[in-house]
Amino acid sequence: MKKTVFLGALTVAGLAAGVSAAATLEDVKARGKLNCGVVTGLVGFGAPDANGEWQGFDVGFCRAVAAAVLGDPKAVEFVPTTGKTRFTALASGEIDMLARNTTWTLTRDVDLKFEFVGVNYYDGQGFLVTKDMGVSSAKDLDGATICIQTGTTTELNLADFFRANNISYEPVPIETNAEGQQQYLAGACDAYTTDASGLAATRASFEDPSAHVVLPEIISKEPLGPLVRHGDNEWEDIVRWTLNALISAEELGITSANIGELSAAPGSNPEVNRILGTEGNLGEMLGLDADWAKRAIMAGGNYGELFAKNIGESTPIALARGLNAQWKDGGLIYSPPFR
Amino acid sequence: MTTITDPKQGQFRLSMLLYDSRYRAITIQIIALIGFLTLIGWLLSNTAQNLAVLSKEPSFSFMFEPSGYDINQRLLDYDSQDTHLRASLIGLLNTLLVAAMGCVAATIIGVIIGVLRLSPNWIVSRLTAVYVEGFRNVPLLLWIVFTMAILIETLPRPSAFRKGEASMSLWDTVAMTNRGIYIPEPLFSRSLGDMHLLGASALRFDVSLDLLALLAVVIAGFLTSILIKRRADIIQEATGLRPRTWHLRLGVVMLPFLLVLTILGFHLGYPELKGFNFRGGIHLRNSLIALWVALSLYTGAFVAEIVRAGILAVSTGQTEAASALGLRPKRTMSLVVLPQALRVIIPPLISQYLNLTKNSSLAIAVGYMDITGTLGGITMNQTGRELEAVLLLMLVYLAISLTISAVMNWYNQSVTLRER
Repeated sequence: MKKTVFLGALTVAGLAAGVSAAATLEDVKARGKLNCGVVTGLVGFGAPDANGEWQGFDVGFCRAVAAAVLGDPKAVEFVPTTGKTRFTALASGEIDMLARNTTWTLTRDVDLKFEFVGVNYYDGQGFLVTKDMGVSSAKDLDGATICIQTGTTTELNLADFFRANNISYEPVPIETNAEGQQQYLAGACDAYTTDASGLAATRASFEDPSAHVVLPEIISKEPLGPLVRHGDNEWEDIVRWTLNALISAEELGITSANIGELSAAPGSNPEVNRILGTEGNLGEMLGLDADWAKRAIMAGGNYGELFAKNIGESTPIALARGLNAQWKDGGLIYSPPFR
Repeated sequence: MTTITDPKQGQFRLSMLLYDSRYRAITIQIIALIGFLTLIGWLLSNTAQNLAVLSKEPSFSFMFEPSGYDINQRLLDYDSQDTHLRASLIGLLNTLLVAAMGCVAATIIGVIIGVLRLSPNWIVSRLTAVYVEGFRNVPLLLWIVFTMAILIETLPRPSAFRKGEASMSLWDTVAMTNRGIYIPEPLFSRSLGDMHLLGASALRFDVSLDLLALLAVVIAGFLTSILIKRRADIIQEATGLRPRTWHLRLGVVMLPFLLVLTILGFHLGYPELKGFNFRGGIHLRNSLIALWVALSLYTGAFVAEIVRAGILAVSTGQTEAASALGLRPKRTMSLVVLPQALRVIIPPLISQYLNLTKNSSLAIAVGYMDITGTLGGITMNQTGRELEAVLLLMLVYLAISLTISAVMNWYNQSVTLRER
């Protein structure tokens, strides 16, 4: 009798492509394009419009960075990522930065080796349900089937919330927002949960948004912000201060309408002058030219303009500034000084 | 006249490694081996170096951290405070469940369709040909997503049952909703309870004593039944008359079984609409059904072709000889053709089972929480341990595949032609 011997061959998939540690800026300049990770499609935050042009709040930030670094807000290669693929894409160097409603947590910052450059949207996790269900609180959701995007912090918050309130639920894991929307609308889940901003954006794209309601409970803190790989501090600084420039611009009244006038000659406000490069050498310190912040602001406007144009109250998504108002208006949006 | 003399036995020279055919084969193999090992070594050192640059030293300690997420379909108890290891185990069991269900269904579908495709009936053979070609030639992922979409979009949502727009099927025992199918579950009012094994470790599991009792009774019944058959054989050999035994044999299996069921207080628990969903009963989730149906139909098409090939490989002389002996067509198929066809069928069938098991990792498309969904999905994403998680995942699939292969090879050897 023939005896078969089994030999298991284990193939180690090596990371053949070397991950360069500190040359993102040079890479981006050499490539002439910024690879920016965005959502696969969330109206208002990042989605292609009817002409195939990417539009949205997070997309606008990618364009601002591209304008600051490369001088062209269109020089962006948008890489759609899901909740699951985003970190691998960033860690492997496939994208230079990730601007995709990603929550800043200790694990992601420390253990996953990323650097969050700041917060561009203060959010919290909510629940979307249909009005005819007659649910007024998330605590009424005992036994409900809930659609949830896998690989997100919301997945963990959901488990914690139901555990803390000692009620049961049935999770239905989904990959993308579009898939969640489809399952929710078909009634395959009673509630859809993600960041409240995402819920508002999703609801706005429904045929009849008034038949759906976001429950009042916000069960978590979700500070969303752009992030880059750990270890390349120069690049991290550029992305961080581009965000800060957009925020400061709103605070100091620099808008896409008056920026041409303000940057023509040094004005009376020294900080405006420093941001716009008419005074000092902040751009040089970052390894960029003097006009970097001007271009970033011109790409899509300052923080407030980006917000109003993409997700603000005049858009179908209709998000109030709330926590995301400037600190002077009682919000949390605050930039360190340009000095 | 010339004499042929042996070439002079010279000393070993280095050039002989290349020019002497006795050594050349070995030389080439050694060079190839060195090249292969260098490649592996380069891959390993490259991986280690790049991970070190990212300051992510390989470590498997994350498997023992609490997972923090919930899993909807769990064959063992599990909650979000359990470890990633436990979550992976739950996923592994889900993989094995759908693979086992798929292999059984694909075999049944494949054998039936394969035999029918050889039918002289024109419509039957053409219809089965359409099935085989249709399923074989469309990617499996599309079938899975398509099945899922059908389930979600066509079946009524649970709220429709509350409003009276939909009602339960089969005398109010089965609820078919777009969140899955709820079927009655077996319950025991005088249950013997469960046996808890392996304490509180990540691999702990419970064994139902009711199930063990039932299994013991059934096995004992079958053994007794075999004894009765042996006795009948002996009587037949001695007297030429075979006593009627079927009622005895049925009795020794069924009566004790029914008796134990009654003692344990067997009854069915029916699903009931409570709150948002049905409660009670066994919940076959959409994701499981979609994956199972698509995997079985897809692999079934391949199995059908294997079965057809196996049957065609048995020469027509065998069928004709069987007819000449007076065997009816059905018995010819089961007694003469199929046993011989099995020898041809089994080896390719093994690879279909392996394919099915590995294809079950497409579960991710419909959110079925198999091991790719837990260990290779959420765990990998929450811990950021891509390399470790993928390595573990590959090892797990390798182990499953080798096990299936071993079992099927053993079965293959038991049906091969024994030459005397």
